[in-house]
Amino acid sequence: MLQKLHTSGLALMIVAGFAAQPALAEAPNQILDSIQTAAKNTPGFKGFSAARGESFFKAKQANGLSCASCHTDNPAAPGKHEKTGKAIEPLAPSANAQRFADPAKVEKWFKRNCNDVLARVCTPQEQGDVLSYLLTIKN
Amino acid sequence: MSLSHKKLSGLAIAMLAMSLSMPAAQADDDDNEGRGSRHGKYGGEDRGRQVQPAQVNAKWQKECSSCHIAYAPGLLPAESWRKVMGGLNKHFGTDASLTAQENQEITDFLVNNASNRWTAPTAPLQISETAWFKRKHDSHEVPAAVWKNPLVKSPANCQACHTQAERGDFSERNIKMPR
Ligand code: HEC
Ligand code: HEC
Ligand code: HEC
Repeated sequence: MLQKLHTSGLALMIVAGFAAQPALAEAPNQILDSIQTAAKNTPGFKGFSAARGESFFKAKQANGLSCASCHTDNPAAPGKHEKTGKAIEPLAPSANAQRFADPAKVEKWFKRNCNDVLARVCTPQEQGDVLSYLLTIKN
Repeated sequence: MSLSHKKLSGLAIAMLAMSLSMPAAQADDDDNEGRGSRHGKYGGEDRGRQVQPAQVNAKWQKECSSCHIAYAPGLLPAESWRKVMGGLNKHFGTDASLTAQENQEITDFLVNNASNRWTAPTAPLQISETAWFKRKHDSHEVPAAVWKNPLVKSPANCQACHTQAERGDFSERNIKMPR
């Protein structure tokens, strides 16, 4: 009986996994578009800047942290969690096709990482600048 | 508590079945060690007989392994997991928050597979604070110099020594201490 329960549970998980994949897959540009839609609502929005994104990414905050603390100064290279030392796959989409493909994942990590680095969420402007920067990086 | 009887007895049967089917090599070597105190071994702060079930929850595996290895549920008691999962937005100095739905699913998995040998009323947030951990990693087992090795960094860095930690395997044959 236990065996049966386990097997059907596994089958369910596999089915759910497959079903979820295609619906989630999106191109980084589509994600940039939806960030832009959000940014347009802010007064004075004049588009995204990769250069501003790069300085934001590398700027050390008062707590000594920057995005580069874990993702390194070269987002096409593997990173390393500054506290635990765990390896982090490259962040630039050119080096890692899994990046910026799942809107929910992107939203989750922008929230977490911005809270860690800036002690607040990132604005749509900042998110769009960072993604624009990451999209200019060639592997 | 809203845990139904059915669920509890199902769990008990599952746990019994697992322990019966556990290969001898994996069985715990602790049973002959330690003197029984009021609470049992390690003052009641013992890890589960089996720390990781054969079938793990996929969300737990994915979400709890992005910053460190996914720590096996049986390393801590249920109450510890409830505390950890209740404070993910301020998790050891980092924001590890989840959606309410993800949180519920992962909490259920952790609580249902938490240590089944923990009898003390304590609920530490860190594995390295538990009595079983301290005993298993005292200066006889792990020389002080090893903890200072930069490859180890933190006691929470289990896989620095336990090469199969990610699979919930902490058996002695898979220990390789960095030097
Ligand atoms: C303390 C370490 C740390 C810092 C600092 C950090 N990140 Fe991350 N970041 C991570 C980890 C860990 C992941 C998830 C790892 C994985 O998916 O492999 C991640 C993932 C992401 C993702 C998800 C991308 C995707 O689609 O998979 C984005 C976006 C991101 N980080 C942006 C940032 C930005 C912007 C900053 C600076 C404000 C930043 N990070 C700072 C550790 C960090
Ligand atoms: C955003 C990064 C991040 C994520 C995601 C994350 N953690 Fe952690 N966790 C940490 C950090 C940082 C530490 C402190 C590690 C250290 O002291 O070396 C930690 C420590 C822990 C510890 C204590 C280990 C010890 O004995 O010292 C536990 C238990 C833990 N995490 C459980 C979880 C669980 C369960 C999840 C999934 C719901 C999770 N973590 C997801 C960053 C994260
Ligand atoms: C610096 C190296 C090192 C680190 C880091 C480490 N351990 Fe260990 N661990 C050992 C050694 C050595 C033993 C052997 C003790 C013995 O022989 O009984 C051990 C024993 C154990 C045992 C008992 C195994 C058995 O079958 O008797 C468990 C469980 C365990 N460790 C879990 C962990 C967990 C969980 C972590 C991370 C939170 C961790 N260890 C971190 C070195 C380490």
